[in-house]
Amino acid sequence: MNAMEWFIAGLLALGVFFYVAGTVGLLRFPDTHSRLHALTKADNLGLGFIAIAAGLHWGDGWIAGKLALVWLLTLFAAGMAAQLVARAALKAEGGE
Amino acid sequence: MMADLFMLAALCVLISVAGALIRAWRGPGRADRMMSAQLIGSGGVGIAVLIAAARSEPAILDVALVLALLAAFAALAFVKTVTPKGAGDPEADEAETP
Repeated sequence: MNAMEWFIAGLLALGVFFYVAGTVGLLRFPDTHSRLHALTKADNLGLGFIAIAAGLHWGDGWIAGKLALVWLLTLFAAGMAAQLVARAALKAEGGE
Repeated sequence: MMADLFMLAALCVLISVAGALIRAWRGPGRADRMMSAQLIGSGGVGIAVLIAAARSEPAILDVALVLALLAAFAALAFVKTVTPKGAGDPEADEAETP
């Protein structure tokens, strides 16, 4: 069980790392589109690791399914929002 | 012990979400401020999942689901406001024949 706890802790650390990476990208990248890229991908990867860690810690099949649903919904929402916000930003900058 | 670890991770994610507020404050365009709101949304989902796991409370997972849904609708509503005809998709606006 101790090995399992270490594994869960590692997954949590990875998830937090990707969340922090997403925030750093949002703050440091030079233009709107690269910031959008950092935000919509890094964050959801972090959420995926956190959801896996939570499912393993809980140890319940139904809860794990629900966590997977939460993650899938966030992924689809982020993909949709990335496309739409990118097009809107391109229009605002006077691009094609 | 493990519950404390999950709460610590939730605290770290909360601090990283607080960093997004800097972009909301300074962001040159409206899209940048909307992205900051989106980061707060996905960070909130992560925090809800972590707290649910720390307290073994399945009800908080519903909070995470609702928050994810609301963040998606917020992004859609934003795009519908910035497009000229309110179609929600800038390319759909061009394709329309008046």
